[in-house]
Amino acid sequence: MITAGVDVGAKYAKVVILKDGKALARVKVLVGFDVLKSASDVFETALKEAGLSRVDIQRVVATGMGRNTVLQKPPINADEAVSEVVADAAGAYQVVPTVKTVIDVGAEEGRGIKVEGGKVKDFVINERCAAGAGTFVEAMARALEVKVEDMGPLSLKSINTIPMNAQCCVFAESEVVSLIHSKVSKEDIAKAIHDAIAGRISSMVLRIGVEKDVALIGGCALDPGFLPPLEKELHSSIVVPEFPEFVSALGAAVIAANPTR
Amino acid sequence: MAQAEVKTQEYWRWPEYRRTVSEKDWRNANIITAGVDIGSVGSKATILVDGELYAYSVMRTGGVSEDTAIKVTTWALEGTGIEAGKLHYVVGTGYGRVNVPFAKKTITEIACHARGANYIYGPTVRTVLDIGGQDCKAIRCDEKGKVLSFLMNDKCAAGTGRGLEVFADLISVPIQELGKISLSVDQEPPPVSNTCVIFAKAESLALLRQGWPKERVAAAYHAAMADRIVDLLTRVGIEKDFVITGGVAKNMGIVRRLERILKIKPLEPKMDPILAGALGAGLFAKALYEKEQGLR
Repeated sequence: MITAGVDVGAKYAKVVILKDGKALARVKVLVGFDVLKSASDVFETALKEAGLSRVDIQRVVATGMGRNTVLQKPPINADEAVSEVVADAAGAYQVVPTVKTVIDVGAEEGRGIKVEGGKVKDFVINERCAAGAGTFVEAMARALEVKVEDMGPLSLKSINTIPMNAQCCVFAESEVVSLIHSKVSKEDIAKAIHDAIAGRISSMVLRIGVEKDVALIGGCALDPGFLPPLEKELHSSIVVPEFPEFVSALGAAVIAANPTR
Repeated sequence: MAQAEVKTQEYWRWPEYRRTVSEKDWRNANIITAGVDIGSVGSKATILVDGELYAYSVMRTGGVSEDTAIKVTTWALEGTGIEAGKLHYVVGTGYGRVNVPFAKKTITEIACHARGANYIYGPTVRTVLDIGGQDCKAIRCDEKGKVLSFLMNDKCAAGTGRGLEVFADLISVPIQELGKISLSVDQEPPPVSNTCVIFAKAESLALLRQGWPKERVAAAYHAAMADRIVDLLTRVGIEKDFVITGGVAKNMGIVRRLERILKIKPLEPKMDPILAGALGAGLFAKALYEKEQGLR
């Protein structure tokens, strides 16, 4: 059975095409102002990559904040839409079968999910504040004038702990500027930024409790600087699966393959 | 490779200014005090002669608060003939109050705003809303300007001046004109749905791309900000007379919307409402000096 999962996120749209549990294609694209067009483009690219056409896909499930945009709309014609939490749980269970806690940090949302056998037992979400999501690191990278992908390597070089007082992205930007003025190194500032976001994510996740194994997914899992402070705050080792940003789309594809779940 | 220099206007940048507002001869005065309010975004210094506002200055807070404290006070004194050494007592307040090197004492901005509002608007003031650069405070006070209770938001830029600065840059409208253009719509659009300034900015950008005129987007943004401020005010409880202080008190788009939602008209300020904190500090300085000298 061939299915597809489409995850229309705040920043990227991701598609996974799945055949009997094996991924045939994984493609992501930045979401532009026309959400339907971005999602459709990435879907067509994934089809091309897998050497398939729409008729070959038996079921398509959409997730992510833009999931309703592609629901029963050509060319994707998603059959069903599921929430990010449900897709996260199913996807994480697929790649880390022992998972009990899923942490998904995307561009505009952070989530903690308690799972059992791929099913959601409890969850917490922050969708209101950019300081608890990937946008925070991006905005701070801009203030620090480094590329966002350089933040992790920079941060891993620092051994100092500089507290960040600001909780808000906008205020933190000014704080980063004053840290630069007071000659704090970029490495130390990058670490302070990771410490700050890890602190916020962990205090949210601790509300539902942390049980091993813990998996970190979402775009922020690609940032190596984020993992050590998060492990420290949660007093737990954390597994980062391969292609962490595609786990939600994978989950949607898995759900598509099990319509009677 | 040489890059062409892109000249950009800083729409968020508001003008700095100083004024001498009294004809009085300070040489005949008994007590000259200063109140220095080092805010997160703006710094204000007031010079009081026998408890009356004599001169003041308002400028942007720089990277080093100590330097700003000295600069803003020196500027307020400029042209008055008063030397810094002639000041009998200086009180520091605001976010950077510990960084006023020449202040004899520091007092919280909550106490200073209540006291300053009492001076600006008179003893009937019971609720003070101070909307500053990085925080928003709702303060209940008595007829002497003494704080009875307060609530503040200093965690989030939504509902503060800094949020408006970000927005001014986004729609390329000078910050002083934002409020006015937000009132120029025929019909109030639904408020921007995101709380976070970063998300609200993205939402506003999407509205602009959909073809909404700047005025309409500004109205949606101001409406959301007003809603948020009302939440804070309602939690502390609002009692007449109601006044608004701080830099955002000059934004009519916020003031008129608050008025509309609360159905209470705030009193008209008799002097620059951005000075409330610094004025309160200057008045406390006078009282402290009198106490020190055994004058009361």
